[in-house]
Amino acid sequence: MGEDPSSSQMSEDDDRSPPLDPISSNKARNCSGSGCPSSSSSSSTDYIIPYPDQVLENVLENVLCFLTARQDRNAASLVCKSWYRAEALTRSELFIGNCYAVSPRRATDRFSRVRAVSIKGKPRFADFNLMPAHWGAHFGPWVSAMAKAYPWLEKVYLKRMSVTDDDLALLAESFPGFKELVLVCCDGFGTSGLAVVASKCRQLRVLDLIESEVIDDDVDWICCFPESQTCLESLMFDCVECHVNFEALERLVIRSPSLKKLRLNRYVSIGQLHHLMVRAPQLTHLGTGSFSSSEGNAQGDQELDCVSAFAACKSIVCLSGFKEIFVDQLPAIYPVCANLTNLNFSYANISAEQLKPVIRNCHKLQTFWVLDSVCDEGLKAVAATCKELRELRVFPVDPREDIEGPVSEIGFQAISEGCRKLQSILYFCQRMTNEAVKAMSRNCPDLVVFRLCIMGRHRPDHVTGESMDEGFGAIVMNCKKLTRLAVSGLLTDQAFSYIGQYGKLVRTLSVAFAGDSDMALQYVLEGCPKLQKLEIRDSPFGDSALRSGLHHYYNMRFLWMSSCLLTRQGCRDIARALPRLVVEVIKSDQQQVETGEYVDILYMYRSLDGQRDDIPKFVDIL
Amino acid sequence: MDSKSYDNDLNLNLKATELRLGLPGSDASEDQAVPVPSSALNKKRALPEKSEEVIGSKGNTDDAEKITAPPAKAQIVGWPPVRSYRKNCLQANKISEAETPGIYVKVSMDGAPYLRKIDLKVYKGYPDLLKALESMFKFIVGQYSEREGYKGSDYAPTYEDKDGDWMLVGDVPWEMFMSSCKKLRIMKGSEARGLGCGV
Repeated sequence: MGEDPSSSQMSEDDDRSPPLDPISSNKARNCSGSGCPSSSSSSSTDYIIPYPDQVLENVLENVLCFLTARQDRNAASLVCKSWYRAEALTRSELFIGNCYAVSPRRATDRFSRVRAVSIKGKPRFADFNLMPAHWGAHFGPWVSAMAKAYPWLEKVYLKRMSVTDDDLALLAESFPGFKELVLVCCDGFGTSGLAVVASKCRQLRVLDLIESEVIDDDVDWICCFPESQTCLESLMFDCVECHVNFEALERLVIRSPSLKKLRLNRYVSIGQLHHLMVRAPQLTHLGTGSFSSSEGNAQGDQELDCVSAFAACKSIVCLSGFKEIFVDQLPAIYPVCANLTNLNFSYANISAEQLKPVIRNCHKLQTFWVLDSVCDEGLKAVAATCKELRELRVFPVDPREDIEGPVSEIGFQAISEGCRKLQSILYFCQRMTNEAVKAMSRNCPDLVVFRLCIMGRHRPDHVTGESMDEGFGAIVMNCKKLTRLAVSGLLTDQAFSYIGQYGKLVRTLSVAFAGDSDMALQYVLEGCPKLQKLEIRDSPFGDSALRSGLHHYYNMRFLWMSSCLLTRQGCRDIARALPRLVVEVIKSDQQQVETGEYVDILYMYRSLDGQRDDIPKFVDIL
Repeated sequence: MDSKSYDNDLNLNLKATELRLGLPGSDASEDQAVPVPSSALNKKRALPEKSEEVIGSKGNTDDAEKITAPPAKAQIVGWPPVRSYRKNCLQANKISEAETPGIYVKVSMDGAPYLRKIDLKVYKGYPDLLKALESMFKFIVGQYSEREGYKGSDYAPTYEDKDGDWMLVGDVPWEMFMSSCKKLRIMKGSEARGLGCGV
């Protein structure tokens, strides 16, 4: 999930079930009881009687303004109709965890004074090409509704949504005070869309494009920012795979005195990076672009200057980029290492020897993303220095299954021993042992996110030959704060029994090529009351397992099951039992006419507004 | 490590429970050509999968690959779960390294009976190159300084550049050297010292 570290908190925290029906209107309004306005309570009305209800609501509104957390607001809105209304009027940040759970109309009707909107679209497995193209998650209907309802909209955050250039144009035209646009894993738009945003959003402070696919329309969007001083604080375009006009970029940086975060794409050479850094020594977050030279540039002077450029940027705490790293230049970053809290080397194919001189200075590092090219030895070096490490992600240079991997249980265990404050880990490897996983469960009790990807399917503990059940069991048993878990390797139903028994806080669970029978899924659905997001692929779970979750599906954001043993009838049974659930059966191969016995993909989610109206041909809603 | 024989060695018949999904034309499609009976998936590991058992028994993977085409474990859609954006970034770097041909230059040493040829792309920089030359021709190169060239040695590494001039190795940035070097010559004795003194 190569997500931007700074936005990782957006993927946590779900709201509880929205009230399924607005509380039916009734003349009596009081503040006691839970939404049944018919009964009156003498104790509270004794206070209120001299004052009109309107005053009370005004008071409420003023108090509710201080409630910012989503869960708190949802709770407040359930107290009674009066609180529901007051809360709806004062909610300024709207979070839509599944764009199809509620229609734009309903959302804008209920919340009328929204300034910031976050919308998430496709399920995560879509990132790995498991979802056919053009499935949905269109931003269009949302921006149209918001253009009318929220003229004072300031911020839009989208994740895995399909956004068109027209959508961006409408956004740019409709919201005069627009300040922040963050697009994570989105697609469907190009540099023309960016150009409109750049030119029309005069108050723009943040334009962050993170791992999104941007079409190269040959438009010089950097040139489209207004010629005067800009309010830009953050400009991240490292995922934009097209040339940018460097002179325009340099001028933009010069006239953006508030710019703190700048992430360049790989078309910016190290020489150009140097120029920009000299212009913006106040940067706190820097994405270095290619970190190598374009052909034929003189190198000698640049090397020295880069060191001084980094030395001059005393505020850098977050460093990323290195998309085509020229390793000789790596020493240039030494001056900033001691202050770094966040370092992303996950595009830099460097060895342990090349990592060591950098990492041994990074005492304050809290987030570290790296490629497995650094080997177990590199990870040991991390463990030796980075005592404050909270999040580690180790990605594979070569993401294939049957090869010798450079990292293993050795590096994993070293990390667990050195980085005791670890809260989040994503680790790709070819071999692992239960022993090492158990060690991490004991050494790192603060773990909230544990994602281990043993790349060979069904691969057992490579020392004992046993399944990985005990290792993952230890994780759920010992890591009492665990909310997100991804499992891999050879796993029997026992592993899932552990998860159901001990994973009481687990909200997100990711399963692939695991389990023996329906019991595995049943353990989880019956045992994990907080489960919100469940994604399963290629596991032998059938209709009866699906039925065992009927009591819980309304509490979940979604369930994804692909290449399992679900029949159409089984899915239909669920759809019949739970009318507020949208049950999508998706064909993964659009050419295929004849459907086999089992459903390719089941994607189901609760919704207040029933079936969506933009279903492509390969989707059936049961 | 061959995972197919590994699976068979453990007698797990994991292939029988393996569910695969591939689009036509993808690597997995050849596996799909042999339909796994649905009953096999329900009975855990009861039925062996035909293609594997008939052909691909322990250690015979080469034959298996020739006969049935599917490799030990066909690439599965979306596995391992790495985003295509990330994969493409790394691929791009690999390809650019692999495709550009090496820069081969002749290396001669005064007094040596024959020349050698080296690929400059293999070396990360001057220290790397000089170490390789030292070991290849069994000599020591001395301490480099901009002012005095290679001090403390009878040898000086030189190269002929695009203009046909003989230059001292180490004066220009490495990248520039790589693109302008036509051949190398390790000078010896008085000639070497003469160049080093700077005219």
